[in-house]
Amino acid sequence: MNFKLVFSIAVHLMRSRLKQTVIAGVGVTFGIAMFITLVSFMYGMNDLLDGLIINRTPHVRLYNEIKPSENQPVNLAEKHKHDVNFIHSIKPKDRGKSIYNAKSIIQSLKQDQRVFDVAPKITTPVFFNSGTIEISGVANGIDVLIEEKLFSLNDYMVEGKIEDLRQNNSIVIGKGLSDKMLLKTGDIIKITTPRGNLASMKIVGIIQIGIADIDDITSYTSLTMAQKLLGAPKNYITDIQVKIHDIDLAPALAKEYKNKYNVDTIDFQTTNSQFETGTTIRSIISYAVGIVLLIVAGFGIYNILNMMIFEKMDSIAILKATGFSGNDVKWIFMILSMVIGICGGVLGLVFGFIFSNIIDVIPFNTAALPTVKTFPVNYNPLFYIIGITFALITTFIAGLFPALKASKVDPVEIIRGK
Amino acid sequence: MSNIVLETKKLTKYFNDPLRMQVLKEIDLQVDHGEFVSIVGKSGCGKSTLLYLLSTMDTDYEGQIYLDEELITGKTDKELAQMRNESIGFVFQFHYLLNEFNVLRNVMLPGLKLGKLSEEEIEQNAIEHLRTLDMHEHALKMPNQLSGGQKQRVAIARALINKPLIIMGDEPTGNLDKKNSDIVFDIFNQLTKEHNQTLLIVTHDPDFANRTHRIITMEDGKILS
Ligand SMILES: Nc1ncnc2c1ncn2[C@@H]1O[C@H](COP(=O)(O)OP(=O)(O)O)[C@@H](O)[C@H]1O
Ligand SMILES: [Mg+2]
Repeated sequence: MNFKLVFSIAVHLMRSRLKQTVIAGVGVTFGIAMFITLVSFMYGMNDLLDGLIINRTPHVRLYNEIKPSENQPVNLAEKHKHDVNFIHSIKPKDRGKSIYNAKSIIQSLKQDQRVFDVAPKITTPVFFNSGTIEISGVANGIDVLIEEKLFSLNDYMVEGKIEDLRQNNSIVIGKGLSDKMLLKTGDIIKITTPRGNLASMKIVGIIQIGIADIDDITSYTSLTMAQKLLGAPKNYITDIQVKIHDIDLAPALAKEYKNKYNVDTIDFQTTNSQFETGTTIRSIISYAVGIVLLIVAGFGIYNILNMMIFEKMDSIAILKATGFSGNDVKWIFMILSMVIGICGGVLGLVFGFIFSNIIDVIPFNTAALPTVKTFPVNYNPLFYIIGITFALITTFIAGLFPALKASKVDPVEIIRGK
Repeated sequence: MSNIVLETKKLTKYFNDPLRMQVLKEIDLQVDHGEFVSIVGKSGCGKSTLLYLLSTMDTDYEGQIYLDEELITGKTDKELAQMRNESIGFVFQFHYLLNEFNVLRNVMLPGLKLGKLSEEEIEQNAIEHLRTLDMHEHALKMPNQLSGGQKQRVAIARALINKPLIIMGDEPTGNLDKKNSDIVFDIFNQLTKEHNQTLLIVTHDPDFANRTHRIITMEDGKILS
């Protein structure tokens, strides 16, 4: 087959029916542009909501739950070991919230290939004092750099930077807290721990997670400051937060760590069971709508090619009479269809990109995400690859049937018919 | 090497729709190299049908067809297309040109399809053929800007482009006035005389037929003489 010749014939046929060709192409363009826009926007939205939850939550959390000893002394006594013992009024044992041997657990976790990174944390209830009022809240002692790496806290900082916590005696407080207590960056806040320790700390930043219940009570300080505040030793850590590479492994790993390190664990899926459903549904909807649009465009191409073949019967007959085989004729119409698909598709990608850009600058203000000012858009090149692939597949199939029909045209019938 | 360009053996054709009907009855026919043969006969006697079989466009028949001593019966669609392209020039009653291409391009297309010469050489040849047919001034016109006689001359130029073994025509003058018919006849005549071109032309026109080398008369699907 002489590709250049077949291509030139296809182009000439197209030029003589420019209007229909353009309409068919516009159908593809529209389908692809909408697909790209929709998917980019939906995934942008997904990322945003993922960020809202996944970014802030460890995939596996290791901690000590307050609960009674599982082995009560009576069960250990040689004499009653094999009896059935009833014990009333058991009280939980205060083993402290500290994780025993936290440093070596963290070391061991960091060796694990499946683990992305590990962040130690201290959580403690505190009172914030301002003048005569006392507000109960929570202080989180964090390892600033790792915490930022795992949970991108800076994205939620309304004032200051999380790195400022590395200064001595500094604290970052929630937006709700700062509003209530009329405190701003640079002010001093007094903090009392449950044990009665008192400290004054300088506010270096204000954070807004976007959930009022949290923003009203939460505060962050460095790990060492939290230990100092609690009068606890250097190895005092209450939570170990683990992020892993493959989030689907979280439940299995949680179980494994529970046995291995003899601590309580909880996985991401258990804490956020409802969240995944939304993500999946949004993706399905955007792909479904995109594909439907493309199928409609495909039918447009199919119709127009069919019409064109009907109109060009004479030309097909002449081509065949002068020595073009059925295969050549098939390729003429396949190429015609593919040219429509490629041109329409590429234009669709361009328009999809433009529409995405337009959405990207539309203002979108939400209390949940202080750093987000416009609608979120995900410019993943994969969408563009999928888009053009779909365009080519649809036009290929839409072109195939009319092209096969054209290849089977019997020139004798046409020539005799005149 | 023998001189036979085209030969049929017991060529038989049926139409099944609406009734089974035998259109061609065991036709034996030979055309020698350089001959100018005309086929005449009453309307409906099967002349066009015969020509479509000979031109390899219709493959639904019994018997054998040999082109240049090669059996073409039973060849694939692709092989037949190749033969049509290379060895057969066809001129229809209605001037079938591709309306999407200009005159020059129409003439060139079978040559480009054959691909034996470069595009420049093919263009050169096409212009040459158009010149002998006195159509070179119209080379860049579109087919719909030409008269019937002019279109037929372009179709002849197209049939000539690959230097075919044989040119077949199905009433090529059937749609032309006397003057244009004469022009077309003169062209054919000149081709046999000067280039020893083999021609097999179906015609209605006794004047036309009488001036050819040999007349084949058909009746009811048979050859009379
Ligand atoms: N496709 C067809 N189906 C059935 N009968 C046909 C078909 N084409 C032609 N015929 C019949 O075959 C006979 C020969 O037709 P044709 O070869 O066109 O005659 P001619 O060209 O000599 O006038 C006619 O009787 C015609 O009615
Ligand atoms: Mg006829």
